[in-house]
Amino acid sequence: MAAPQWPEAKDRALLGHRVTRLDGPVKASGRAKYAYDINRPEMLYAKLFASPHAAAKIVDIDLSAAEALPGVKTTWRDESVIGGEAQYQGQVLAAIAAETEELAHDAIRLVKVTYELLPIKINDRDPALAEGRDASKDEGDPDAAFAQADFVHEGEYGLPVVAHCCLEAHGQVAEMRDGDMYIWPSTQNVSRYVDSIAENVEIPASQMHVDCQYMGGGFGSKFRPGRWGIICSILAKQCGRPVKLMLDRDQELMAAGNRPSAFGKVKIGAKEDGTVIALDSLLWGTGGMGGFREPSLPYVFTNIPNWRRIGKRIPTNRGGQEAWRAPGHPQACLFMMSAMEDLAAAMKMDALEFYKINCVHTDKPELYREQLDIAAELIGYKQKAHLRGEGGTGTLRRGLGLGVHMWGGMGHPAKCDVTIHPDGSVETRIGTQDLGTGTRTALAIVVGETLGLPLEAVTVNIGRNAYPEAGASGGSTTIGGISASSRLAATAALNALFEVAAPKLGVAADALEAKGGLIREAAKPANAIAWKDACGLLGPNPITKQGENVPGESQKMGLIDAGVGGCQIADVTVDMETGVVTLNEMVAVQDCGLIVNLKLAESQMHGGLIMGITYALYEESVYDPTTGRMLNADMEFYRIAGLKDIGKLKVHMMTGKGHDERGVIGLGEPPVISPGAAISNAVANACGVRVPELPLTPDRVIAALRKGGVLS
Amino acid sequence: MNAFEYARPQSLEDALALLGDSWGEAEILAGGADLVTALKQHLVEPKRVVSLRDIPGLSGVEKGANGFRIGAMTSLAALLEDAALCAAFPSMASAIQGVGSRQMITQGTLGGDLCQRPRCWYFRTGHGLLAVENGTPLVENGDNRYHAIFGNAGAAKFVSVSSLAPALIALEATFTAVGPGGKTREIAASDFFHTPQTGEERETVLAPNEILTHIALPDRGRKNATYEVRHRHGLDWPYATASVAFDYEGGRATGVRVVLGHVAPVPWVAGAAAAAIEGKAIDPASAVACGEAAVMGATPLSGNGYKVQLARTAVKRAVLAAAGIPLEVS
Repeated sequence: MAAPQWPEAKDRALLGHRVTRLDGPVKASGRAKYAYDINRPEMLYAKLFASPHAAAKIVDIDLSAAEALPGVKTTWRDESVIGGEAQYQGQVLAAIAAETEELAHDAIRLVKVTYELLPIKINDRDPALAEGRDASKDEGDPDAAFAQADFVHEGEYGLPVVAHCCLEAHGQVAEMRDGDMYIWPSTQNVSRYVDSIAENVEIPASQMHVDCQYMGGGFGSKFRPGRWGIICSILAKQCGRPVKLMLDRDQELMAAGNRPSAFGKVKIGAKEDGTVIALDSLLWGTGGMGGFREPSLPYVFTNIPNWRRIGKRIPTNRGGQEAWRAPGHPQACLFMMSAMEDLAAAMKMDALEFYKINCVHTDKPELYREQLDIAAELIGYKQKAHLRGEGGTGTLRRGLGLGVHMWGGMGHPAKCDVTIHPDGSVETRIGTQDLGTGTRTALAIVVGETLGLPLEAVTVNIGRNAYPEAGASGGSTTIGGISASSRLAATAALNALFEVAAPKLGVAADALEAKGGLIREAAKPANAIAWKDACGLLGPNPITKQGENVPGESQKMGLIDAGVGGCQIADVTVDMETGVVTLNEMVAVQDCGLIVNLKLAESQMHGGLIMGITYALYEESVYDPTTGRMLNADMEFYRIAGLKDIGKLKVHMMTGKGHDERGVIGLGEPPVISPGAAISNAVANACGVRVPELPLTPDRVIAALRKGGVLS
Repeated sequence: MNAFEYARPQSLEDALALLGDSWGEAEILAGGADLVTALKQHLVEPKRVVSLRDIPGLSGVEKGANGFRIGAMTSLAALLEDAALCAAFPSMASAIQGVGSRQMITQGTLGGDLCQRPRCWYFRTGHGLLAVENGTPLVENGDNRYHAIFGNAGAAKFVSVSSLAPALIALEATFTAVGPGGKTREIAASDFFHTPQTGEERETVLAPNEILTHIALPDRGRKNATYEVRHRHGLDWPYATASVAFDYEGGRATGVRVVLGHVAPVPWVAGAAAAAIEGKAIDPASAVACGEAAVMGATPLSGNGYKVQLARTAVKRAVLAAAGIPLEVS
C-alpha cells in the first residue's frame, strides 16, 4: 500500500527539485488567456462611472443622456447611494455597457450626477484625528521595566497607504446562456467567487460557472468579485449578451484595495548586555473609512516581557483597505526592526549581534539565530558591516540593514479529485487557482511523484468552480491545501490501481510501489508492469478518488504544517548629496518546511523581494489635501521598481532535516515582510540618521539628513 | 478621447493651412508619446489632429561647417545614433539616455520633447494647467513635491519637463518655426519657452498656427554636460537636472551657460551660476560655488525644499562632468 506521507529525500523524483513552470510557454507566447483576453460572440464592453469627489452627498444619478447614445445597450446605477454619500474618489456610482469600449467611455462622460460636496477627511498623519475607541493591549509592567533599562530609545516611523497594483486589473467577463451564467474572472477564490454575485443576480450558485485559468496577481485584493464583478453580472443578465468589465488603471489604484498606512512612536529599552526588556508603542493609520488595525507589536520578538500597544484608527475618504500580502506584517516589521536597530545604534552595538542576543524573545530562537548567520554569511556581513554612521565621509555611503519576520502558512481546506484512466492518462480536478505562483506545476509534481510518473503524464485541471472545492489563495495557504489534498487523492487512486495490478504480479497490493513509470514489487523491482499496462487492466472504468485536506489531520500526518521565520539583509548606497538610495544587494533566508518546487519557491521569494523593494523605495498613494483626490492614480507617479532598480537578489531556502519532515508550508507572504525594515535600516546604517518614513525617496532622505545635521 | 479629424498633410504649406488660429482647434502630432495620453485624458479635445509624419525635410541630422541642423521630427533614437552629434554634445546624449525607456526614445521626437505639456499631477488629473478649484490654488496648498522652486511667483507652479531644452539653451541653439503664409522666424532656444499667465496659454512662444521645424546647433567645440538627479533607472522623470556648456581654453571656463531643468515653468537659465565660474578654473571648489550660485534666490514651495539641494548638486556635477573631472566616490 502506498502511504500518504511524503517520500524520503532519496526517493523523490520531482518533489523539491527545480522544476520549470508548466505554464511558462503559454504565458511567454501570449496563448494564456487572462480575463481581459476573453472575447465572446456579441460581447459588450462595460465601463464604470465613479465619484470624482472624495466626499459628497449623491442627490441624483441621471443616465438618460448616456442611455440615449446609440450603441449603449444597458446601464446600472447604485440606487442605494442616492440620498447617501460617496465616501471616496473612485467609488462606483453607475455603469454602462455598450457595443465598443470607446462607446462605453463616451457614454460614461454623459452621466450626470448631482452632488453636494461634503468636508473631506484625508490626513492620516495626526493621531488626534482618530475616531472610535483606542485599541489597547499590554503585558507585564512596561513603565517599571523602562525605569530599570540601561538604554532607552524613542523613535517615530511610518509608511503610507499603497495599493496592490496587480499587473492584471480587476474584472471579469459574464455571459448568460440557457439560464446559466458563465463567468471568466480574475480571482484568488475560484470555488466561492460566485457567492455574492448569486445573491445579487438571483441565479442559483449551482447555475453559475466560473473559469479562471490564469491570473495576473491579486496579493489579497481579489478574494471577492468586488462591485465590478457584481455589476458586470447584473448587466449581462439585463441585456442577455456577454459583458466584459475590467477596471482601468486609475480605478485600480483608487478603488481596488489599499494597504493601510501606519505611523507611530515606539519606545524600546534594553539592559546593558543588549537584552530588550520593554517596548511601548502608540500606532495610528488609515484603511479608508474603516478597516485599520494597528500593527501587532512586539513583532517576532513576541516574548519581550513588558510591553504596551495603543492603536488609533483614523477614518479617511480613501478607497477601502483589502488584505495586502501579509496584512499588518510589513508595518509591524518596519516599526519593530527600526526600533531594534535604533537602540542598537544608540548603544554602539553591532546590529546582527543585537538581534542574536534578542532571539531569546522569539518563539524559535535557534531558527532565527541560524537564519541570521546564514544571511550574514551570504552578504559578507563581517567584511562590510560597520556601526551606524561609520561608513566613511564620502558622498556615496554604503550600509547594511536587517529584518526578521514570521508567518503561519497552514494549508487551507481543499478537496482534489485524481482520476487514473484505463489508457494510462492521469488528471486532477481541483477548484483552486494559480495566481502565477506555480500552483498548476505544484499539482503536477505532487501527483506525478505519488504515481511514479513524469510531470507531463499529469493533466492538471484547475480554475473552475465545478471542480472540488478549494480554499481562497490568501495567507500563504494554497500550497499546503493543494499539496495535501492531491497527495491524498493520488495515493488513494494508486492503491486502487495496486488492487487491480496485484494479481497480475502475483503479490499482495500492499507489496507494490509506483516508480519510474512502473508498478512493481517493492522488494523485487524486477517484478514489474508498465504503468500503461497496469491501467489497461482497469477495464472500461477509470479510478477516481478524492483527497481532502483537513488541516489538523494533515498536520498530524506530517503532510503540512504552519509557522515559519525569515531573515533578510539589505546592502544599500546612499548618495549624501541627492538622497538617492540605490539597492546593491538583498539576501533572503527562509524556511517553509518541505519545498514542493525549489525553483518556483525561489521565484516567489524574488517576487516578494521586488514587491518589498518597491514599497521600501518608491511606492506611495498620494492624495491631495484640498480635494482628497488621488494625484498619482497612474503608472507614472505611482512608482514601482524596474529591473535595474532591484540590485542583486540572493535567496537561500532552508531545506533538509528539520524542515522536510514538517511537511509543506506556504511561502506567499513571508518574503515581502522584511524588505521595508531591512532597507530602512540599511539606509540608517549608511547615512547615520533614521529616515523615519517609507518610501525612501530623495525628499525624505534629504529631510532626515538635514534634521540630523548631516546636511545643511 | 473625443472623435477628431485626422490629417496627414504631405507638405508644410498644407499642414499650416490645417492649423487653427486659436489653441484647442487643432493639435500637432509628432511621435504622439504625449499627445495620445493627453487626448485620452481629455486634457486636449481638438477638432483636428495634424500629423507631421509625411512632411518631407522635417527629419534627420545635417552636419554643416558651423554645426548641426536637426529636423524637429527626428526621433530621439536617431539623435542618439548620430555619432558626430553625440561626440560633440554629450549633454544631449546623456539627456536622451536619461529618458530611460527604449520605446519612448524610439517613438519620441526632438520637437515633441521641446513642445510636450507639463506633467504636473494636478494638470494631468483634470484640474487645469494652473490647478485652481473653487478659487483655491491646489499646488500651493497641496502636494507640490515635484513642482517649481524658481519662477513660481505667478500662477504657474508646474515644471518644464523637456529633457533636451536645458542642453539646447546652454549650447545656444536656434529654433526655426514656420507660420501662416510660410513665414519663417528664428527663435533663440532661450526665448522659446514661456510661463503661462492663464490656463489657456501654452508653454512656448509658438502661435497655434506655427510649426517648429528645425533646430540649429552651433558646434564650437565647447565643453558640455548634463546631470540628472534620478531615482529609478527605467522610464521616469528626474527630480532636477542641469546642463552646462563653456569654452575651456588654457584651463579657464569662458562663455559659461548653466541651465536647469525640472525646477521652473521654463528651463531655468542660471546667470549667477555662470558668472560664478566665468573665467575660472574648474575644480571641485569652483563647481560647488557654481552650484551654490545656481540656487541663490530659489523660492521653494511647502513641500519641495529638497529640490534646492538636488538642483545645487546637479549643477555641481554637470560642471565637473563637462570639465572631465570624475565625481568623488567613496
